[in-house]
Amino acid sequence: MNASSFLNFDLISRIGGLLFNASLETLYMVFISSLVCIVVGVPLGVVLLITSKGYFWDSPRFYSVLAAVVNALRSIPFIILMVAIIPFTKFIVGTSIGTTAAIVPLTIGTIPFLGRLVETSLRTVPFGLIEAAQSMGATPWQIVRRVLLPEAMPELIQNFTITVIVIIGFSAMAGTIGGGGLGDLAIRYGYMRFRADVMISTVVILIIMVQVVQWIGDYLTRRCDHR
Amino acid sequence: MIKLSHIVKTYNQGTAQEVKALHDISLEINKGEIFGVIGLSGAGKSTLIRIINMLERPTAGTVVVNGQNLTAMSETQLRQARQHIGMIFQSFNLLSSATVRENVAFPLKLSGRMERAVIDKRVDELLEMVELSDKALMYPAQLSGGQKQRVGIARALASNPAVLLCDEATSALDPKTTSSILELLTSLRRKLGLTIVIITHQMEVIKECCDRVAVIDGGVITELGSATEIFIDPKEALTKRLVSAAVRRGLPNLLRHTQVVPEYHEGAKAVLELLFLGPKADAPVIVDVARECDVSISILSGNIDHIQNQPFGIMAVEVGGTRSEIDRAINEFKQRVHKVEVLGYDERKQLSEL
Repeated sequence: MNASSFLNFDLISRIGGLLFNASLETLYMVFISSLVCIVVGVPLGVVLLITSKGYFWDSPRFYSVLAAVVNALRSIPFIILMVAIIPFTKFIVGTSIGTTAAIVPLTIGTIPFLGRLVETSLRTVPFGLIEAAQSMGATPWQIVRRVLLPEAMPELIQNFTITVIVIIGFSAMAGTIGGGGLGDLAIRYGYMRFRADVMISTVVILIIMVQVVQWIGDYLTRRCDHR
Repeated sequence: MIKLSHIVKTYNQGTAQEVKALHDISLEINKGEIFGVIGLSGAGKSTLIRIINMLERPTAGTVVVNGQNLTAMSETQLRQARQHIGMIFQSFNLLSSATVRENVAFPLKLSGRMERAVIDKRVDELLEMVELSDKALMYPAQLSGGQKQRVGIARALASNPAVLLCDEATSALDPKTTSSILELLTSLRRKLGLTIVIITHQMEVIKECCDRVAVIDGGVITELGSATEIFIDPKEALTKRLVSAAVRRGLPNLLRHTQVVPEYHEGAKAVLELLFLGPKADAPVIVDVARECDVSISILSGNIDHIQNQPFGIMAVEVGGTRSEIDRAINEFKQRVHKVEVLGYDERKQLSEL
């Protein structure tokens, strides 16, 4: 009996290579999207908070408009949003297909989500701390940077973790419109070619990714929580 | 040092939820004074203290602190001025994410102009002043309430303010810790020449350290005077109630349920409340009067207390004798003690006489 027909090394290494490349693509999409999402989402959350009632840039009209936009974006199902913003994606990255193109809907779909989470995290900081900082002559910017963000850090990290996990899930969906990555592999091989082994492998890899992200998030939360 | 003129604060002005927190408050607080503001919750005292450093802008009126008119200032000027007005809080309001050191350094870092070494040196000084040098690297969650408030005080004094505002600063602390915080404040006032404003609902706080007191009720100052005056001779009903929580006054419990009548009857004994104050407090008054007027005096209750380290005694006595002897004894007491009040006449017989 031929050993290679019993254990097809050629096939295993071919699938292994596919899985490896797809994982790298997913990691790339998730990493860049998470980064952009946090860079934009945190300021969005800060603006939502400080323009709300009782905070230092209290502006009910601005807040209600911004909150409405955020809510509207949050209500669009990701799969629809992905297709709907194709022209915008083309405008930004020049193409609507591929891993880099997937980053655009991934960030746009998750920024409002994170913005709201950041707003609620910052709201957990007792108002007395803001008052204390004001009594010492702190500017609004100093209050945000030196009081609100550090004090809410454990909640913020928890919410970043949730967001990254959501992005991992969404990135698999982006695969269906040619975004590449594990989702793409699972559809093309696992579903269309009935390759259960590929399907299971992608799911296992995604589970591991989510688990690792959660561990890192929990570890960092514990590190910065002194309450 | 602090001058409030005709301060009015109205929330939600012109709407259905309009609330008048303060009506026309005028107040002058002298340099180096510990000034207490006492009132029940909702009286407007928290609003009042927040108006002194303009955390709340008054609807009308002016606030002058250290010669600067805060009400006329822009936000930027105000931030500058606030660095000379320290504030401590009931809930301490320390950063939980920062160590004791970092919390105390917080106000110093705000200006962005101080060098690290200078800040470090100043923080060491401040921690030593509040006796927390050994806790410098701990987080607030690891400290007791009293220690947290000491950190709050060190932080509030970091930029050498002339005024320290205390917003219910001891309300969350037990009596012993409260005393130690008040002692610290008193000694800081002496050392640094601070002017301290204390907002509280605890009369004990006033008793222990305030020079002058304002009683605030329904957004107006109902009574204002030295701490001693307020304790000895409270005029308004609310003040009397507040004082009685800290110092027992009036009929002793022993006589609460017996026949004490307002008018003299043949054979009745007079129930007197004697107030001793200051140097006279330890003179042998009772014996002197008993000897002089030939009356029998029995002590029903007595208590020597201190208002700002000045002895202050309250004693309830029963004086037995003829009408003229009793009247004479009352007059003799009036010459010897700070205040004599006739609480009534007791027709009860002594147990031994039954």
